[in-house]
Amino acid sequence: MRPNKILLLVLPVALIALSGAQEWKGTDDIAEGAIAELSPDYKPWFSPIFEPTGELEGLFFSVQAAIGGFLIGYFLGKHDRES
Amino acid sequence: MHIMEGFLPAEWCAFWYALAIPVLIYGAWKTKKEIERDPKAKSLLAVSLGFIFVLSALKLPSVTGSCSHPTGTGVAVVLFGPSVTAFLSSIALLYQALLLAHGGLTTLGANTVSMGIVGPFFGFIAYKALKKFNLTAAFFSAAAVADFMTYVVTSLQLALAFPASPGMEGVMFSAIRFLGIFAVTQIPLAIIEAFIAVLLLRSIRTYSPEVISA
Repeated sequence: MRPNKILLLVLPVALIALSGAQEWKGTDDIAEGAIAELSPDYKPWFSPIFEPTGELEGLFFSVQAAIGGFLIGYFLGKHDRES
Repeated sequence: MHIMEGFLPAEWCAFWYALAIPVLIYGAWKTKKEIERDPKAKSLLAVSLGFIFVLSALKLPSVTGSCSHPTGTGVAVVLFGPSVTAFLSSIALLYQALLLAHGGLTTLGANTVSMGIVGPFFGFIAYKALKKFNLTAAFFSAAAVADFMTYVVTSLQLALAFPASPGMEGVMFSAIRFLGIFAVTQIPLAIIEAFIAVLLLRSIRTYSPEVISA
């Protein structure tokens, strides 16, 4: 394995480890607060059809990352096997 | 960069949908063409989509004390250009809108314009401008610029919908406010994303040099 490939594996893992900092507020939420300040009268006119609980949210985020990881790994690996 | 469900007035939702839909249709058509032209493109499309899925699933803390998502559109835009990237991004955005309540169906048009179209478009320009000189620098810029510009567009979209006061001045004021929230947080994330994108693009290039025309 070339160093390049090892980095490709290690970096995302390091990133995911870093992202465990749950107390950091999301920019989406901060922007929501800014909207409330700029237009106090604005009421959201539509709400999500389905809103996951904290646990489920973690699950769906992981599933999303897993799908992505699978696509990358499978198709790069396929290329490796064929050549 | 997701504008939350219901957090854009209906007329703005319609406006951004109207901009996004033609590009998405063209992007879907072009994706089909790419596969017909070269069956091998299917693998690279899957890898590009995978990269968007992984990167946009990450919630990363940044120096500003808040956290945000990378966009992962740099790989797709280098390999396939902006319209295919728009189509692939909309798949990830739809997943997050339906299953995660991140972004939303009403704001899907606006979010597609920022993450799928305008951000990657600027990344594509950066890539085209630099690739003659240094391919790695071009990869890096494509990913960093696409990520960063996505959040600039989001800030402007929110500023247009929520000006601090009527008129241009109010829009400017709000734009600075939203850029302060999104853009500053995004700088380190754009750089991290660009490093990973460079690694992936370089390995793709060693596998199939012909897909990245220098």
